Amino acid sequence: MASMRDIKRRKVSIQSTQQITKAMKLVSTVKLQRAKSRAERSKTYFERMYETVTSMLGKSGNIDHPYLVAGASEKKAVIVITSNRGLAGGYNSNVVKLLTRGSLPKEDVEVYAIGKKGRDALKRYGYEIKEDYPDVINEPIYSDAAAISEKILQSFADGEVGEIYLAYTAFKNTVSHVPTLLKLLPVDVNAVSSDVKTPSEEDRAPMNYEPEEEEALNLIIPKYVTSLIYGALVEAVASENGARMQAMDSATSNAEEMIDHLSLMYNRARQGSITQELTEIIGGAEAIS
Amino acid sequence: MADERAFSVEVITPDRVFYEGEAIMLELCTTEGEIGILKGHIPLTAVIAPGLMRIRESESETKVAALHAGFIEILQESVRIMAELVEWPDEIDLNRAEEARIRAERRLSEKASGTNLARAELALKKSIVRIEAVKK
Repeated sequence: MASMRDIKRRKVSIQSTQQITKAMKLVSTVKLQRAKSRAERSKTYFERMYETVTSMLGKSGNIDHPYLVAGASEKKAVIVITSNRGLAGGYNSNVVKLLTRGSLPKEDVEVYAIGKKGRDALKRYGYEIKEDYPDVINEPIYSDAAAISEKILQSFADGEVGEIYLAYTAFKNTVSHVPTLLKLLPVDVNAVSSDVKTPSEEDRAPMNYEPEEEEALNLIIPKYVTSLIYGALVEAVASENGARMQAMDSATSNAEEMIDHLSLMYNRARQGSITQELTEIIGGAEAIS
Repeated sequence: MADERAFSVEVITPDRVFYEGEAIMLELCTTEGEIGILKGHIPLTAVIAPGLMRIRESESETKVAALHAGFIEILQESVRIMAELVEWPDEIDLNRAEEARIRAERRLSEKASGTNLARAELALKKSIVRIEAVKK
């Protein structure tokens, strides 16, 4: 049986760990509230954006446009959104697993990493890191997303990459975050049109474009990609804090459990040593008399 | 607000719902030129160029905002603007806009190699729109 001193030392150390996890939980709870309300405010934009673009593509039927067909290149650009810090449970590794266990062959993937954790993990696995934006995830702003999408669309236009994917953690609600691999380009017209087909009265009238359809798509699709990236960033931040809050919550309650267990062991050891001392004294007294 | 000429207008940005309400006329700039929208406009999707947006809510009340980028979707009864950047006049810092205008003009007149002319031109347009929006 461990000595009283050992047990006590162990207990103190777990208590201080618990204090840290508790504090981290509180911090991430506050951050989560902020990130969540931000994600909710932005949500309208993405939903509308998605609706608009899908209805546009749905109505205009078969248009031959570079953004709608895969490029010739085998290369696939993947934007991977993770956090800069760990201690968030499976948050980062789940996103990384989307790639390592996914169907995309490793040699063909070019990673655009947002967040240090994902970058480091993918580098270890031997993926090619094309670009790296560690600071973006701290405070995502729209112009960051615009810069990234501009860069990536440029390489798509140049034919360096054939497809563009986005790997991030979607924020469903406070307790449920789903790692998601989303295809940004080419826009999958078939998937899109089967998805949304509820024409209202207004929808029946044919849509006009100004400038010409193709040019309008040229201008609108980049905005669509940017908004998806921005939406993913905002949701990822909310998910990160949600995941961290959960991880820290269970760490705190685990620590609580261990402390309870150790307290019990400590008290037993204390009682045992008192009993032993007493027996020794009584034994000694009897020997004298 | 029970004006029968009114139609609903939504202006949405990535960070917030910028404006939501009814208007009898909406004026803004697209890449093809300025347009004015009344109720019953033909369905139209257009790309926005930097310019002033005027939302006429009633005969006497008009709201002005500086609209820089995005696109607009016009349906018979409603108009939706997906704006990347839009500001009310009271959110604009006039001094900063003036400064940006001067900087952009200088860059354009120097025509030094390495300057991105398209970008400078866009910056100039933006600052001019901002200044106009404040002075209106």
